[in-house]
Parts: sequence; C-alpha cells; structure tokens
Amino acid sequence: MTEGSLSSAFAEATIRTATPLVLAATGELLVERAGLINIGLEGVILGGAFGALVGGSHGGSALVGFALAAAAGILIMLVFAAATLGMGADQIITGTAITLLALGATGTLYRTLYGAGGPALSIATSSPVAIPLVSRIPVVGAALFAQPPATYFAYIVVPLAWWWLSRTHAGLALRAIGESPSAALAAGVPVRRYRVVATIISGALGGIAGGVLVLAQAGTFVEGMSAGRGFIAIAIVVLGRWKPIGVGLAALLFAATTSLQYLAQAMGFDVPYQLVLALPYVLTLAALAGIGGRATPPATLARID
Amino acid sequence: MNRLGFPRRSEPFVRAGFVLGSVLLGVPLLLRALGFDAGPAMIALFRGSIGSSYAFTSGTLVRATPVILTGLSVAIAFRAGVFNIGSEGQLLAGAAAATTVTLLPVVGVSHASPWIALVTGAIAGAVWAGLAAILRSRFRVLEVISTILLNFVALYLVGYLVRGPLQEPLHIYPQSPTIVAAARLPRILPSSRLHAGFLIALAAASVAWWVTRYTAAGFRLRAVGANADAARIAGEIDVERTTTRAFVVSGALAGLAGAIELTGVTFALYENISPGYGYTGIAVALLARLDPLGVVASGLLFGALEAGASAMQRDAGVPSVVVSIVEAIVILGLIVAWPLEMGTSTRKRSSAPTAEPVGAESVNP
Repeated sequence: MTEGSLSSAFAEATIRTATPLVLAATGELLVERAGLINIGLEGVILGGAFGALVGGSHGGSALVGFALAAAAGILIMLVFAAATLGMGADQIITGTAITLLALGATGTLYRTLYGAGGPALSIATSSPVAIPLVSRIPVVGAALFAQPPATYFAYIVVPLAWWWLSRTHAGLALRAIGESPSAALAAGVPVRRYRVVATIISGALGGIAGGVLVLAQAGTFVEGMSAGRGFIAIAIVVLGRWKPIGVGLAALLFAATTSLQYLAQAMGFDVPYQLVLALPYVLTLAALAGIGGRATPPATLARID
Repeated sequence: MNRLGFPRRSEPFVRAGFVLGSVLLGVPLLLRALGFDAGPAMIALFRGSIGSSYAFTSGTLVRATPVILTGLSVAIAFRAGVFNIGSEGQLLAGAAAATTVTLLPVVGVSHASPWIALVTGAIAGAVWAGLAAILRSRFRVLEVISTILLNFVALYLVGYLVRGPLQEPLHIYPQSPTIVAAARLPRILPSSRLHAGFLIALAAASVAWWVTRYTAAGFRLRAVGANADAARIAGEIDVERTTTRAFVVSGALAGLAGAIELTGVTFALYENISPGYGYTGIAVALLARLDPLGVVASGLLFGALEAGASAMQRDAGVPSVVVSIVEAIVILGLIVAWPLEMGTSTRKRSSAPTAEPVGAESVNP
C-alpha cells in the first residue's frame, strides 16, 4: 500500500469512527448544558442500534431504520426524564439503571425476534454517497465526502448545535439553566420544559448514533455492540469543554487514536495499542485537572431540583 | 416517612417484599411476554441457584462474593456522598496488581501466597480510587466523570498487560499464565468451588457495619454524607478528609474483590475477568440502602439471580441477560419509591429554588 492511500484510509477510518461519537456526544452536551448528566447514554445508543435493526430489516429502508433508532433513543431518554425530572430520582443511579435495562431488553428481544442462533440478517444499509468535486480532493477528499449520509448529518449537527446554543434565545436559556436553574426560573424560563426537550433531542441523537453502527457500519446487530461508546461520548463532552465545536474536535481525536491502531497494524509496527487507546482518557483527566486550561462543567451539573 | 407512606420500621420488609415480588412474579411475566416458556425457565433459575448444595455453594455463594465486596465499596462511598461508579476499574486494577505481584520472580513459586496478592490488590484499588479522590479534592473534578474515565484506563491497562508483559509464555491467548496452586485461595468446603474469599467478604461487611455504626470515623462518614455543610459547621468535621478516606477505602474493597476473583476463581488475568461486578455493586448497595449487613443479603440475592440465570440459559434457552432487566427494574423501582437521603447539601444545593436561605453557600467558602 502506498503512503498516500494509507493516510487516506486512516482519515477515512477516523471520520467513520467519529460519526456516531459526534452525534451521541452532541446530544449529551445539550443535556449537560441543561444541568443534567445522563450516564445511561450507553443504553440509549444500544437501544438505537436495536431500533435500527428492527426498522432496517422490517421497514426495508435505511431511513425507516434511522427513524426507529431515533424513536428507541427517545423512548429510553423519556424513562430517564420521567424518573429524574418527574420523580426526583438520582440521575447517576437512573443512568446506570437504564444502561442495564437497555442491555437486558435488547439482548432478550434480539433472541426472541431473531432466534438464538443469530442468523445473518439482511438489513437495508445506507451506502456511501460521494459528493461531486470535493470528494476528489487528494487524501482527505474521499475520507470527508464519500461517506454514508449519516456522516453528513453529523457535519450539520455540530455547527447547528453551536449556532443554537450561542446565537439563539433558547440556547441562552438552556445554558442559563445549567448554570443556575433557580435564576433561570426566576427570569421566567420554563426550566423543566427545556430539560425535557433537551433529553428528547439527546435521545434522538444517541439513538441515531446507534443506528449508524447498524445501518452504516456493521450491517447487523450484536449484543452490547455499543461497546462503551456511550461512556466515550461522555468523556468527549468533557474534553470538548462543553462546547459543540470542541466536542467535534474531541470526537475526532478519540476516533483518530482508535484508527491509529489499524494504521500501525497495516504498517507492521508492533506497538502496544492498548496504551494508545488509553491516551485520550488520560488526556481528558488531565484536561479536567486543569492542565492546558481548565475544563469547567456547567455549575449545577448532576444536581437535582 | 417514605414516598409510599409505610411506617419506617416496616420499610426493610416492604423493600424485601418488593424485590422478591419482582423476581417471583416479574420474571415469569416478563418471560411470558417475551414468548418464552416461563415454567421450565423458573425451575432452571431455582435449580441453578438454590436447587442443590453444590449449586448454592459453587454458584450462588461464589457469584455473591465479588458483588458483596463491590456492593460494600459502593455503599461506603455513597454513604459519604461520593459517587464512586469506578468500582469496576478499581476491581480491574486490583486484579492486575495481584497478578503482577504473584507472577514476579521474587515472589514466584517460593513465596507464593494468596495473602500477598490480596493485600496488593486492595492497595492497587485504593490507589486507583485515590486518583479520582485527589482530582475531586484538589481540582473539584466530578468523581462520576473521573471514575468513568479511569474505568477505561484500567480496562486498557489490563488489555496491554495480558498482551505484553504478563502474557502467557506461548503468546497465543490474551491472558496471563495460570497462577501456581500455592497462590490460590483455599477451598473451604469439600466438593465445592467455594473459596475463602467468601469468608473475607463476610468479614469485610461485618467490619464495615461495626465501623459505620459504632466508631467516630463512621459517625463522621454518615454526617458528611447526610449533610456536608452541617457536618462542617456544626460538627467541625473535616469534610474533605472524610470523603477522601471513604473514597480510598471504597477503592480498596473493590480492588480486594478483583484480587479474590483472581486467586479464588479465575487463577489467570484476562480482559473480561469481571462481567460488570462493579456495576452490579451499585444495584447491590442501593437495594441494601447502603447498609453493610444489608449488602450481604442483597449480594446473596444478586449472586443467586446471576447463578440461576446461567442455568436458565443453559437448560431453558432463556438468555441470561434477562437478569439485567430485572436488576434495572429493581434499581429504578427502589430509587423512585425510596429516594436516598444523602448528600442533600452537596448535591441539591444551588438548584433548589426555595429550600435554602439566600447566601447559605457563602457561609463557609
């Protein structure tokens, strides 16, 4: 393999790996800016993956798959919202429970619906769509612009979240809630309504992230296939300093370290890639401790009304 | 008074009833709804957990051992208002350190003993939790986030060790060599896999119960967890030091669980040495209302459930992950019906609009 094709393969793998992470992390970002922390994101992604399987195999099109993925994600986040916002249950414990719930429910339903043997399912997957002209740019062109539509959706979501959070009244209100719900309430912001809307959007994005895994990458469903991406997305929000653009860049960094191992393998380097994989987490811890500028969470994160 | 309006004294019984009810009624209904034959599945569940003395000792009690310890780990941290959800990573750190010390040439065959491994494992767990504790006390980093991150670092560290320095001599499988017989925990019953680690877990629970209930350190722990500001102002308690200590002890218990799993059950280190014992510990601790003796009871219940679930999958073809649904429902039901009375000041402070007088936060910076 030539050096050029190798680096474009690396860039392509990075973008592919980053896509679900960006989507899930942006959803988590919105929830956290509203002062909530959902550590059950792992379960949301898993639920979305299962929804995508059902929609993709029965609905016959990837679009139906993504719709069901988003619906499944929203459903799980509504459980979270009902327990935490509705009944005042602790967010961290609720988040742990919904991950367990999604793990058990998807695993059991999968065997019920598709049999224990797990036959090779035919799912309508969404294939890459090359954008004319820009996809011809050397090295990065194909990596950036010959991707499945979900990746282009992720390209749109990040600037959209930035614009919404920093340039609209509603975004300002959401950020105010995260810093001080009582002040926001006193200023006439419907705190609970904003938080419910944030959890619904986060559910949709997390569900679609799961959908990407099934419909645009694996082409099938495997039990527990979210494989920790929900927790990685939470780390990405921290490393991205609770800002949409930062989240996008942090997701690329996490994805790049994952892709680096394939590159190293292809080039025949015998590096202990587990240590490389651990790097972004150490980096995130360092960022939290204030090395290279302090990462400050929303003031009331994880506290309850 | 709790949310459902039961008198306080009957609460533990109502809770136990709720949990037993959701297992005895919920599981069959769930199985029926999912299209499985509930009868044979339930029979397998019972046979695999309490059906015979072998199933009880080699299944339930062996499974209960790590989750009693991680349950204690979570309970002590939560008691102090520390949301340590890193028991999983601390357990892995403990298992990794215990393996390393056991395989060291110095210890090797001549001085091999499970006790060295257990002490090393507990220290490693304490250090792993200590990192998050320092981040919390020095840099105000939310321990929820730091412990999630450290869980991943521990997992990758184990992944590296079993492919690198600690890999078995043939370099085929991603696991360590098997530890020598002298380094294993003794079995405590004839023809059973039950090992001495179970007794250690029971002893740890008794000590934790006695300390939290009858010592000054235990009083400080409970006071800080109940209301950090009140403990600081009225009780002149060093909140920082109390939470840090609880965090470190919590990590030591999880690390001990990892070392016990290595020396009592698996005898080798590999990446999946813990099927989520750290997370099950959260359910175990909550079910016990963070009471150390209660942790033993709920640990036994979850041990029985998981041992029974394996039998259910083997004999009745019901996926064992169905137990995760039950665990999740138990957690959600308990946390909604009986909210924990903890951390009222550190966690609910500035978002409660009218609960506190203005300026309450600035009394003690």
